[in-house]
Amino acid sequence: MNVRVLFFAGLREALGTGSESLALPDGIATVGALRDHLAARGESWSALATTKNLRSAVNQLMVAADATVKEGDEVAFFPPVTGG
Amino acid sequence: MSVSVQQADFDVGAEMAALSAGRDDVGAVASFVGLVRADKAAAADAGVAPAVQAMTLEHYPGMTEKALQEIVDQAERRWDVFGIRVIHRVGRLLPGDRIVMVAVASAHRGEAFVACEFIMDYLKTRAPFWKKEETPEGGRWVDARESDEHAAGRWDSGPN
Repeated sequence: MNVRVLFFAGLREALGTGSESLALPDGIATVGALRDHLAARGESWSALATTKNLRSAVNQLMVAADATVKEGDEVAFFPPVTGG
Repeated sequence: MSVSVQQADFDVGAEMAALSAGRDDVGAVASFVGLVRADKAAAADAGVAPAVQAMTLEHYPGMTEKALQEIVDQAERRWDVFGIRVIHRVGRLLPGDRIVMVAVASAHRGEAFVACEFIMDYLKTRAPFWKKEETPEGGRWVDARESDEHAAGRWDSGPN
């Protein structure tokens, strides 16, 4: 399954990248599993596990960690928002 | 009903006037404008120079506009309002610069005030913007505030 992953704000800086297209191994079907998969790369990627109250979105809608990820989805991870 | 995400500044008076232009049923236009604050009092308390020298607003293009529109749509469903305008700036801003404007037109002040406050509370917790402050010590991402979550939570029990 191929997905596009986006990172924003402090998380983007910690990872040193704002986006990535990747092929997921079988068995990764939720936002939470994708987060764990990326965090398991180690080093700076552990920021995905340690960022407090990490938020996520699928296809530009805010979702919880148990949300399903499908082929072609755009999945974003970011810290709590601070606009306004 | 319209939302804009832009680098450019905006004219608050012109935007508010536009909400009632050409109609005679608008009895109230309420607005909120958020500005970049230098936070001199906090800096003085800490015995340092004013902390915020500038601020850069990052956002999630595409999702930002959708999230703002969803908030505006929800306000329309909850209250009897005639028009809503939301403008949020992105990019580098200086103390005193406008960041955001929400304006709501309705027949009476009650709906206009409450819808305006609802939109700001939801925008603060649901629209994907992030502030990074420039300080003498370097860049610093602004932390989300518990009080903002609490403010938005007040509206959750109402009708959608």
